[in-house]
Amino acid sequence: MTPVVLDVQHLSAGYGTQAIIEQINLQLTEKEIAVIVGPNGAGKSTLLKQIFGLNQHLGGDIRFNGTSIVDIKTSALVPLGISAVPQSSNVFPTLTVSENLEIGTYASPPADKKIARERMLALFPDLAGKLGQAAGELSGGQRQMVAIGRALMSEPTLLLLDEPTAGLSPVYLEKIFDLILQIRDTGVTILMVEQNARQALRIADTGYVLANGRHAHTGTGAELLANDDVRRAFLGGSAGQ
Amino acid sequence: MNAEGIAFYLVSFLTMGGIYAVLCIALNMQWGFGGLFNAGIAGFYAVGAYTAAILTSATAPTHVGGFDLPILSGLLGAGVMAGVTAWGIARVCVRLKADYLAMASIGFAEIIRLVVINEQWLTNGSLGISRIPRPLEDIFSGRQAEVVYVVFVWLVVLLTYFVSQRLSRSPWGLVMRAIRDNDIAADSIGKDVQRFRVDAFVVGSVFMGMAGALSAHYFKFFSPDATEPLLVTFLCWVMLIAGGSGNNRGAIAGALLVWAIWSMTEIITSHLPVEWASRSAYLRMLLIGLFLQFVLQRYRQGLFPERG
Amino acid sequence: MIEFINFYLIPGITLGSIYALGAVGISMIFGILRFAHFAHGDLMTVGAYGALTVVWVTGIPPLFAIPFAVALAIIAALSCDRLFYKPLRELPTIYTVIASFGVALILRSLIQVIWGTESQVYVKGFQKPLVYFDTFRIATRHVQIIASTVVITGLLHVFLSYSRMGRCMRAVADDASLARVAGIDTDNVIRWTWIIGAALAAIAGVFVGLDTDVHTNLGWNMLLPMFAAALLGGIGKPLGAITGGLIIGIVEECVSYPFFGEALLSPSYKSAVAFVIMIALLILRPQGLFKGRLL
Repeated sequence: MTPVVLDVQHLSAGYGTQAIIEQINLQLTEKEIAVIVGPNGAGKSTLLKQIFGLNQHLGGDIRFNGTSIVDIKTSALVPLGISAVPQSSNVFPTLTVSENLEIGTYASPPADKKIARERMLALFPDLAGKLGQAAGELSGGQRQMVAIGRALMSEPTLLLLDEPTAGLSPVYLEKIFDLILQIRDTGVTILMVEQNARQALRIADTGYVLANGRHAHTGTGAELLANDDVRRAFLGGSAGQ
Repeated sequence: MNAEGIAFYLVSFLTMGGIYAVLCIALNMQWGFGGLFNAGIAGFYAVGAYTAAILTSATAPTHVGGFDLPILSGLLGAGVMAGVTAWGIARVCVRLKADYLAMASIGFAEIIRLVVINEQWLTNGSLGISRIPRPLEDIFSGRQAEVVYVVFVWLVVLLTYFVSQRLSRSPWGLVMRAIRDNDIAADSIGKDVQRFRVDAFVVGSVFMGMAGALSAHYFKFFSPDATEPLLVTFLCWVMLIAGGSGNNRGAIAGALLVWAIWSMTEIITSHLPVEWASRSAYLRMLLIGLFLQFVLQRYRQGLFPERG
Repeated sequence: MIEFINFYLIPGITLGSIYALGAVGISMIFGILRFAHFAHGDLMTVGAYGALTVVWVTGIPPLFAIPFAVALAIIAALSCDRLFYKPLRELPTIYTVIASFGVALILRSLIQVIWGTESQVYVKGFQKPLVYFDTFRIATRHVQIIASTVVITGLLHVFLSYSRMGRCMRAVADDASLARVAGIDTDNVIRWTWIIGAALAAIAGVFVGLDTDVHTNLGWNMLLPMFAAALLGGIGKPLGAITGGLIIGIVEECVSYPFFGEALLSPSYKSAVAFVIMIALLILRPQGLFKGRLL
């Protein structure tokens, strides 16, 4: 049996005492891609942020490789092997691309910095010519690559992505999904929140549909895409699209 | 100290306490209701004090005036001048966010201070203006005059309180609070946020000017030393936070409480050995500084929290 | 022209260097902790008095007393952060701003209680100016202050651009929440912000004492010009703050030079220059010359 990497049980979280998500369960095994989809305001980002300790924890447990991480402070999660890419503001705009990648190695140095860097540039050839440029000057798609690159520099075993394709052109959208598959193939487990539910479910091993802060459906990507209820309520349009 | 001595100590305590209460309610109109971080209270206080001094004192060869006008016109003039000054300042910097407004208002207050020190013809420079009259001086003298004055001061406190209460409950006050809590939302419901903020800044400053006038009449003398930002601006902020910003009664209570701490500690430190007594004023300042930290960490709502 | 350089420009650069060193900390604290630190001037005063004590006790030249001044200011800054600022960190920053007013008062009154309020000097007596090319007369202390500032600026640049902590500081200034996500220990970054800010403030304080005299309002009187310098350089840009400090210092000294027969501004209004620059910047260009952050 493949080992469980991330195990979320009965998780409730929110802001102050206000719960945004309640009683969430999910399980990721090694090298799995799981996608959380659902309408706006369903609590998708809250769930992801909570795994990273950025909201108020109100109940339940989060286990990473068997140990609970709910009481570990955000900055200490990277050394454990968890990296995250937040939505939209996800690069340090006044730092250069090279410095952004460098920051990724501070909390948890990779086995060999040089090799890690070369691997990153092989993954994102677009960035090679822009290493000295301030990250804030890049296009949205390039920024997303810097952000993912920064997160991968510490050689994590679990990668959390919050809407990696938000605001990107269709060209980049394909590129990013393609990259996610490549990253998984290097042995990384991936949990992502996606607005572009259809495309995301196509590459997902497991999909979780959230509505009003609770679980609505769980299944493999293909099952959810084929499920009429899910399609009508959350994906819009017909299955053939 | 005998009973009479204590009574007159109380009178002088209430006089200064009352002047601070006016300042504090005025600050409450700006900060408590409007969220405007005015760190230049001393500037408006100085404008008011000098206006009243020049208008009401007898003609002097050393500076402009005095005009020997009645005290009420001095009080009114002080309010108007402080208000006009505040209007000019508010027009340019009221849209600044809290920290920035604090810096800008201190900057303006310091410029006012420089003018007061340097423009001899207007203010008699660092020598200050003397022979400023008190109300009903020719009828009452000595300790009677002190009693008359404390009544006068508290009439102004009541006036300030009344105006502030009325304003805070008026539609204007409701909009102000909405702006304080969320200026973007207030903007989106079509209220001219900047205009309301200018209003609050000006109205508060009018009363700060009046407080300046009250202290000029009380001491019968006013010099740049009295505009020291520590004693005016800082103490006033500690008072409002301790009393409860957003609440006028809290502002009065805070003024009296902090003034009590300030003047009681003077009694205690005056009993210290000589080499310490000379430094007692600084020990008291230290105490006030620590008191503020205590309030900020433990009683942020103040004695009288704002009602929801 | 020579008179302008000797009596206006050089003193202006000296004053500007002092503002610059103080403004670096203000700018960094603004960028990383997101609040205007009104007690920063009083950290300068702490440093100046720390050095004064060492000079009194040991008789060494004030420049050699700087390490002690720096240590004292760092202890003061870290204790104030721990006792008065950290408990308010999760609240709106305005509470921290108010607390910093109180800290300014606490530091100053402590100094007044311990050292008294009379002005003191490090070294008594007249120092002969150095003469270059028969025309330039520059006081030794001015040479020392300006040269030290140049060296410190260089070191600061290297630190911020190439050291690990320097990069982390810039990252936290850019986006504190992302920095935490990226695994940066923000508490440690905050600690180093105070250490560097307080160290430079202490050096600036000793320089004030070297240039004029040591008194309890020394730092407070320089606070607004230093805010002006930090704003001019762009909040969160320490090297910008140095440029800003130099500009403010030079302008302040030079406005009383009789360019057109008489002084542009009476020397008694000299300090108003910084206030006016600060207010104008706040209103017209709060991002400063080098695109600093906005609150």
